Amino acid sequence: MPPVDFTEFFYLAPEILLAGAGLLLLLIGTLGGGIGGGNRLASVFTLLSLGLTAIALLLVGQSLAWERKLILADTFVLDGFSFYWKMLLLMATGFTVFLSYRFIEEGRYRATEYYSLLLLATAGMMFMASGYSLLTIWIGLETMALASYILAGYFKREVRSNEAALKYFILGALSSGILLYGISLLYGATGTVQLATLAERLPAAASGEMGNLVVLGWILLAAGLFFKVSAVPFHIWTPDVYVGAPTPITAWLAVASKGASFAILVRILYEGLWPLAVDWQWIVAIVASASMIWGNLAALTQDNVKRMLAYSSIAHAGYVLLGVLAVSRVGLWSVIFYMLAYTFITLGAFGTVILLERREYAGEVASDYAGLSKRAPLLAAMMLFFMLALTGIPPTGGFVGKVYLFAAAVQAGWTWVAVIGVLTSAVSLYYYFRLVVFMYLKDSTSVTPVPLQARALVAIITICALATLVLGILPGPFIAFAQQSIDATHLLQP
Amino acid sequence: MFENIPILSILCYLPLFGAIPILWMRDPATIRKYATGVVMVDFLLSLPLWFAFDRNGRGENLFQFQEGPFEWIPAIGVNYHFGIDGMALLLVLLTTLLGVLAVVSSWSAIEHREKEYYIFMLLLQTGMLGVFMAMDFFLFYVFWEVMLVPMYFLIGIWGGARKLYAAIKFFLYTLAGSVLMLLGILAVYFYNSTGLLGYEGLGNPQTFSVLKFHEIGASMPAELQFWVFLAFFVGFAIKVPMFPFHTWLPDAHVEAPTAGSVILAGVLLKMGTYGFIRFSIPILPDATVELLPWMAGLSIVGIVYGGLVAMAQKDMKKLVAYSSVSHMGFVMLGLFALNGPGLNGGIIQMINHGLSTGALFLLVGIVYERRHTRAIAEYGGISAVMPIYATIFLIITMSSIGLPALNGFIGEFTILVGAFNRTWWWAVFAALGIVLGAAYMLWMYQRVFFGPITNSENKNLKDLSGRELGYLLPLVILCFWIGLYPKPFFEIIKEPVAYILEKVDPSLAPPQVAGTVPAAASTAATAATAADTSAGE
Repeated sequence: MPPVDFTEFFYLAPEILLAGAGLLLLLIGTLGGGIGGGNRLASVFTLLSLGLTAIALLLVGQSLAWERKLILADTFVLDGFSFYWKMLLLMATGFTVFLSYRFIEEGRYRATEYYSLLLLATAGMMFMASGYSLLTIWIGLETMALASYILAGYFKREVRSNEAALKYFILGALSSGILLYGISLLYGATGTVQLATLAERLPAAASGEMGNLVVLGWILLAAGLFFKVSAVPFHIWTPDVYVGAPTPITAWLAVASKGASFAILVRILYEGLWPLAVDWQWIVAIVASASMIWGNLAALTQDNVKRMLAYSSIAHAGYVLLGVLAVSRVGLWSVIFYMLAYTFITLGAFGTVILLERREYAGEVASDYAGLSKRAPLLAAMMLFFMLALTGIPPTGGFVGKVYLFAAAVQAGWTWVAVIGVLTSAVSLYYYFRLVVFMYLKDSTSVTPVPLQARALVAIITICALATLVLGILPGPFIAFAQQSIDATHLLQP
Repeated sequence: MFENIPILSILCYLPLFGAIPILWMRDPATIRKYATGVVMVDFLLSLPLWFAFDRNGRGENLFQFQEGPFEWIPAIGVNYHFGIDGMALLLVLLTTLLGVLAVVSSWSAIEHREKEYYIFMLLLQTGMLGVFMAMDFFLFYVFWEVMLVPMYFLIGIWGGARKLYAAIKFFLYTLAGSVLMLLGILAVYFYNSTGLLGYEGLGNPQTFSVLKFHEIGASMPAELQFWVFLAFFVGFAIKVPMFPFHTWLPDAHVEAPTAGSVILAGVLLKMGTYGFIRFSIPILPDATVELLPWMAGLSIVGIVYGGLVAMAQKDMKKLVAYSSVSHMGFVMLGLFALNGPGLNGGIIQMINHGLSTGALFLLVGIVYERRHTRAIAEYGGISAVMPIYATIFLIITMSSIGLPALNGFIGEFTILVGAFNRTWWWAVFAALGIVLGAAYMLWMYQRVFFGPITNSENKNLKDLSGRELGYLLPLVILCFWIGLYPKPFFEIIKEPVAYILEKVDPSLAPPQVAGTVPAAASTAATAATAADTSAGE
């Protein structure tokens, strides 16, 4: 192992900045304001630190001329892939702050701790995106996970939120354990946790007398990763957690937490377990198919919008896995392009749910959307647009992204998985359009909630809608950017 | 004439941008007039295309008024590319014309949520025009799918009693078909570039260009062609609709508002047959020949089945809907006769069906507005109180069943010639379809218009208003025009037909264009069919 060069900590400036900001915010919380106080201050502080982190990230990237670099005894990688994810995660968390503002305000919850947890979790995600050793990745993952357990239960006066947090914690801890056990078995068989070395030693270990250990190790590792991206059959926690958690946190779990988990999934499969690609491709194919089928079928019967979106997010994990499955340049850039589109779409959709929320849980039942097109035509039109994007109908970013996920699978010869993908995505139209039916084809009643007058939130939803549209009409530069990002890695040429 | 004007883009996007000001309009009457103005301008702008179009353009000049290819998504080789050949020109004109008629017919039929209604009508227009103009497969697919959304709302909001069911059924069916088609498109795309599924690619730059696909399609291995053909088939056959994929159609037609039915029957169904002519046949010639018996078989079943079911209908609109299944079977049979007369007839019959079925739906809509029922049994003896209406209905009925001097005759006769030349007994079944058509149409006409007025509510029915006459007359005139002097229409599709024949079956192509015979000559060119592209005159 090469010695650690302490000047290399400079490259960690963004992560250090973000984690420092999170801790500072926690400290500030103890000084001033009582319950619910300082919401405005804390959210501005959070946004500022996210912005500064993004700038620091750009500076670090610039100083490396966007070339790949391994630092800290080769346990931390700076490459196009990690920069892409980090920018995406920072943006998603930034949007989440806007979604959260009203929730904190209305629930009179402590703002500083909430935002501080959000920042610390995001710092963990950034470590995940850059982790180049199984342990670095695992620690990043746990940093994120511990913060998100608390955030899922932040609705502390609601039973469902408590239940969600507990379920999330128990199942999350279990999956972390499985993940860690897999890591330890692989370590036992190969004597390393560093991804490049692991890839080097795996072929010999797999065919040697430790062969069974390797198989068990990578399967457990993969199972833990599938749990984190909520793919079937490791999805059980998702619906309950998504419904119980405060809606801004649900949105954040659906995009940021899932995104970071996909980052490590791709990193581990493509770099560490690369020699076993022929084996894990089958597992990914089966898990992807199961997620697409079960996620979409289960969503058909959901009346609760958050639960429906939870199942839809399971299905979308399946679609993204299609790109992972392909093991090709097309597959890889379509994965990260799709996650970008999915981030905007999902944040926009959950933002609309938040606008309709009343006394914590209203706005969740499909009938709450009745006649929305008359009461708030713009909001309804945007929600319609998000639903079209989730289904994958042009001209939306969801369409372009999905086309290329399917394309990658077809090209790689996994046509049957792609066929399942397109057919289930046609099925998904039915439940997404249930909401549209309520918004456009049914009339409102006296109990249907009126959308809030929250300018900042409406602005964020509008930005999401516009971004979805731009990604659908002019995706060229974004696709080129995604392609450049993965070309500046060793993901496909270990 | 249009060298420097992107006339196709203007035509296509005028309705889209025209729809925006409606957002700020309040008065339904203003919206109505404004929307009519937009579609009218669009129609008038499309007319010069008919005159400026070079009927003899072939090769480079087959597709005219081309715009692009401009890079749209260069990273994956998607281009923005518009252009029309003679067939697409006819369909564009049909679309702009039916657009005007549909909007005018909605003035009195739509009484709530006018604003959204006219916005959706205009968006639909943009989607349909884009489908016929796109020369890039990706672009085509975008328009193909975008168009579903406004149609869903037209059925879902302004439809009849079972509108929700009909709307989602329409959407799901079409979507399921088109996503499979998408996989087919991607297969050709990868075959042209990097290869897929163990087939070595051609190594060309990535592109979705339809012309490029036409060029390389024939070199695809037969097995790959077969699968791609099936993928395309599902997408297009659902749209046509071919038996057994037709079940969405009666629901959608019956529940849709009049204008929706007109557009559905007049234009949307044509998108399916258009897809077969533009993509399936020229890109996949070997698979086309291989699957010919199946295609013809399904078409014949559609013709006979549609006719028989139409006979049993008690609802006028449903009857017309099933007659569409039968008539579109005719079109498909003509196309898959794969010879000059068959293709010519098929394309002309697409236009004919748009005109006559569009007119039939408008006519049914007129009495529905007055009586709010479409049950045949509710009527009887109408000709006494509505003589002008009865006359026009009769003309359109005759056009629909293929009476000489009217357009239906030209199309059906040419198709029969084509089918007979390919396999004689196809023509026998098709002729049976014509007999059935005459039976159900005339029987309906008899029950609705003749005899004494049995229902007292029908005694005071008003005859056509000036507006109603105004939107029916253009269709009647066109029916006569194609019936009496079809030459201009056959002339304009002459080159596109020759192009397709050259692609699929070089021995059938007219000698003067046989210079560029594609690499893989089809083997099933045994039917000694005369390449008489001007049959039917």
